[in-house]
Amino acid sequence: MMNYKKDFPILNQTIHGKPLIYLDSGASSQKPQCVIDAISQYYQHDHANIHRGVYELSQRATHLYEAARHKIKEFINAAHAHEIILVRGTTEAINLVAQSYGRTHFKVGDEILVSTMEHHSNIVPWQMIAEQCGAKVVAIPITDNGEIDLQVYKKLFSIRTKMVAVTHASNVLGTINPIKEMTAIAHEHNVPILVDGAQALPHLPVDIQDLNCDFYAFSSHKAYGPTGVGVLYGKTELLEKMPPYQGGGDMIERVSFAKTTYAKLPAKFEAGTPNIADVIGFGVAIDYLEKIGIETIVGKEQDLLAYATEKLSAIPELRIIGNAAHKVAVISFVLGDIHPHDIGTVLDHEGIAVRAGHHCAMPLMERYNIPACVRASFGIYNTHEDVDALVAGLESVKRLFK
Amino acid sequence: MLRELYQEVIIDHGRHPRNFGVLPNANHHKEGFNPLCGDKIHLYVQEENGVVKKIQFEGCGCAISMASASLMSEVLCGKTLTEINTIFNDFHLLVTEGNPSKNLGKLAVLGGVREFPARVKCATLAWHTLNAALQDTSGPVSTEEDE
Repeated sequence: MMNYKKDFPILNQTIHGKPLIYLDSGASSQKPQCVIDAISQYYQHDHANIHRGVYELSQRATHLYEAARHKIKEFINAAHAHEIILVRGTTEAINLVAQSYGRTHFKVGDEILVSTMEHHSNIVPWQMIAEQCGAKVVAIPITDNGEIDLQVYKKLFSIRTKMVAVTHASNVLGTINPIKEMTAIAHEHNVPILVDGAQALPHLPVDIQDLNCDFYAFSSHKAYGPTGVGVLYGKTELLEKMPPYQGGGDMIERVSFAKTTYAKLPAKFEAGTPNIADVIGFGVAIDYLEKIGIETIVGKEQDLLAYATEKLSAIPELRIIGNAAHKVAVISFVLGDIHPHDIGTVLDHEGIAVRAGHHCAMPLMERYNIPACVRASFGIYNTHEDVDALVAGLESVKRLFK
Repeated sequence: MLRELYQEVIIDHGRHPRNFGVLPNANHHKEGFNPLCGDKIHLYVQEENGVVKKIQFEGCGCAISMASASLMSEVLCGKTLTEINTIFNDFHLLVTEGNPSKNLGKLAVLGGVREFPARVKCATLAWHTLNAALQDTSGPVSTEEDE
């Protein structure tokens, strides 16, 4: 199996005298050299503001920026490039839909179905708009294994249901949700569905037209691209009906004090100068992923998931949180009564970076009746040796706290 | 360095916190919360004429936060509010600057926290909660309000 570590310069270092083992790609992935180079190259040779200048440099920057949008469109197989709205991150993408779609569509007594396994960024924006409109957020329950029971989900729909918000893959449980089926059920009730793809995009093949969801949000920085770039995919007919989220330059057609008219998609939702360099960097990250191939990525990560699940399950007193049949390479666990923060600190001293805490999913922690857990999340650069190092690190944790 | 943080005393107090549980005749009570990690503490204080007679707590958190609360509840018992104020300041200096003070007694074992900036809030949660409990400010206290 190919080792991709060499493409990621940051991984070539020691932490507390030990080689860095990065197992927190679920929080943010590391960046390959080609992405780092592309950003530097852009600032050295091609930078100017986009969609404005008549001069060569501005046209070059505009071309690179729009080419990146096109790559994103191709990568997720969206029907049109104007359905790709470039924002700051998944969080902003969800807030955009909650505020713009919600403000014009939610009324008193309406209900928004949100799954119990959501990240706070797919809960709080809905609570905010619900409060503003007098609507209500209703939790979609999950099974002990960490799955959504479609029969239970079906029963939650009523005439009051106005939106479904669900994650494609859980950042804690790793569960891959049956988005295609959930979308079909929502559509039977004429309800749109927003999918949080932050944990799915670089780990699963994502075909938007096949999923048929109405909105899909994801971040560049979890997919080997730079921070500060997110994508909102939305179906044309919905985006066209929605009012702008922010006002400013670049999102207008004509401005006067009497009346302003808005630009067409996608510009209507992209007020102000965007994060040009990092969007271009994200385009290069997509090139990198496509060169490896999504099937290769899935194969490698599923192999890591199986290996890590087997090794970790063999540790006495270790309990894995989330045992869904279909998972991305994310494993959360608790170890006896040792607190996750203490585990995180000890592992850090072994050079191993894991996440410890509530993972911005407090309702999920409550569901499993745990205050926190440790999460190891894998990327294409991880290896079986990294898993072995984690297992050895957990043995030192147990020795210290015995 | 790791052993300095996780000394036997800390692991022992973290595992078996002293003065754990509700204090029925408390006249000060406060909930403390660290929103970044989810650590939670309920602190109960029985105070008479400016002297703290008894501190008890309930909650969940890492070894550092539980040990800090446990040791605090032992060391501050019988102290006046003025003495507690001094110890609070000395403790803060210990975990942020590493300055040991003889006032601190066995709290000095928490000095290793200084090398772990990410864990300072774990060590100070109980203390901020105590401060708020004694001042009787309304609402729960959060580690994200001071600094």
